[in-house]
Amino acid sequence: MIQINNLKKSFGNHNVLNGITEHISQGEVVCVIGPSGSGKSTFLRCINRLEEATDGEILVDGEMINAPKADIDRIRSKMGMVFQQFNLFPHMTVKKNIILAPTLVKKMSEAEADKKAMELLKRVGLEDKASAYPNSLSGGQKQRVAIARALAMEPEIMLFDEPTSALDPEMVGEVLDVMKNLAKAGMTMLIVTHEMGFAREVATRVLFIDNGVVAESGTPEEIFTNPQNERTKLFLSKVL
Amino acid sequence: MNSFLTFGEWYSQTFATFYRCFIKENRYRLLIEGVGVTIKVSLLAIALGIVIGFLIATCNLSNNKFLNAIGRIYTGVIRGTPSVTQLMIIYFVIFATIKWPKWIIASIAFGINSGAYVSEIIRAGILSIDRGQTEAGRSLGLSGAQTMFRIVLPQAVKNIFPALCNEFIVLIKETAIVGYVGLMDIQKAGDFIKSSTFEAFMPLIATAIIYYVIIKLLNIGLKRIEEALRKSDIR
Repeated sequence: MIQINNLKKSFGNHNVLNGITEHISQGEVVCVIGPSGSGKSTFLRCINRLEEATDGEILVDGEMINAPKADIDRIRSKMGMVFQQFNLFPHMTVKKNIILAPTLVKKMSEAEADKKAMELLKRVGLEDKASAYPNSLSGGQKQRVAIARALAMEPEIMLFDEPTSALDPEMVGEVLDVMKNLAKAGMTMLIVTHEMGFAREVATRVLFIDNGVVAESGTPEEIFTNPQNERTKLFLSKVL
Repeated sequence: MNSFLTFGEWYSQTFATFYRCFIKENRYRLLIEGVGVTIKVSLLAIALGIVIGFLIATCNLSNNKFLNAIGRIYTGVIRGTPSVTQLMIIYFVIFATIKWPKWIIASIAFGINSGAYVSEIIRAGILSIDRGQTEAGRSLGLSGAQTMFRIVLPQAVKNIFPALCNEFIVLIKETAIVGYVGLMDIQKAGDFIKSSTFEAFMPLIATAIIYYVIIKLLNIGLKRIEEALRKSDIR
């Protein structure tokens, strides 16, 4: 589904990604872990071109998305993105946040988008907040709305960039629950996270990124109980 | 004039001066017509300033090096030269052979001038909106323009508006130089009365009061709009 070949990214003289080659198949839940500054987020952001790769190829369904002529808006609408800082639109109600892209990009009718928005809000347990403004919500609620907003475009893959890192501890659970349900429903997911318990429980595969390369990759079982790479061992000894 | 005037004498002298300045030969009409000219020139200039400002802000914010250069040169030249000089160049050089009404040419000059300042205000307003908003919009598949018009600008307006109001007020006062190209605005009318009556105090104070009242009224109106904008800012 997504094929990444020798992805490199540098900011000026600073090399963040030093050649990552990975394949993500349909239905996989891939958790990306690693120390801060290792390039996890940059890796994720390159995949929907919020950052431009310096070198390498990213193919989505066989289509090279970092070609200069790629129709990036159409490709992006197949990939949902959830940010650490939620990035809800504060001048719109929760429902308007969700129906904006479907009506604007997919030309869905307002009524249809409305119906879908309510279904999604129900799915994330916030149907009573449809007409609220984002600033009146808690962090956990905001993030669940952000997930619903991304799902409204019916993406083929969901990208999560540290979705619980900006949350108060008591709100982490509600967001992870939504994500678990999503994984169970068969959504392809790529998740940058510091929640090792979640990665262990939900991931089908874990990537350990360090110094801009995938230092180790395997099932949660392999990575967490029997890591092979020294750097993985060191990292896990610090966080577990 | 000695300092032992009775109130009666003072009153009659003052009234006589007032009569000479404003009533005689219907001189008050010059000021009223001046108000019309000032308002006409200002309104058209404000409209042009917003359009030009928006275009230049777009140039400055784009990723295109050529457009960046245009924006940079425009704001650099306009902000680096006096507005009187700009007005005179536009009137006597650029429009030397084009016989448009004077007030329109003056408005164009002020619009071009204001555009440079408005562009900076819009640019700052847009940059004040968190980058995450743009990223969220783009990640949902919205185009750059859709993201700008649906997500960034509606939020930026609240930051842009107060600074824009200030720019309008500066612009209205700036139009007091249109006398240089032979337009009879408020300032020129006051000046004209001064030179035809040899009275400085009353015509110039009247000029000041008229500008002050216009700007006060404008301020009241703009404050109302600003409050309405804030009300929609639900916390």
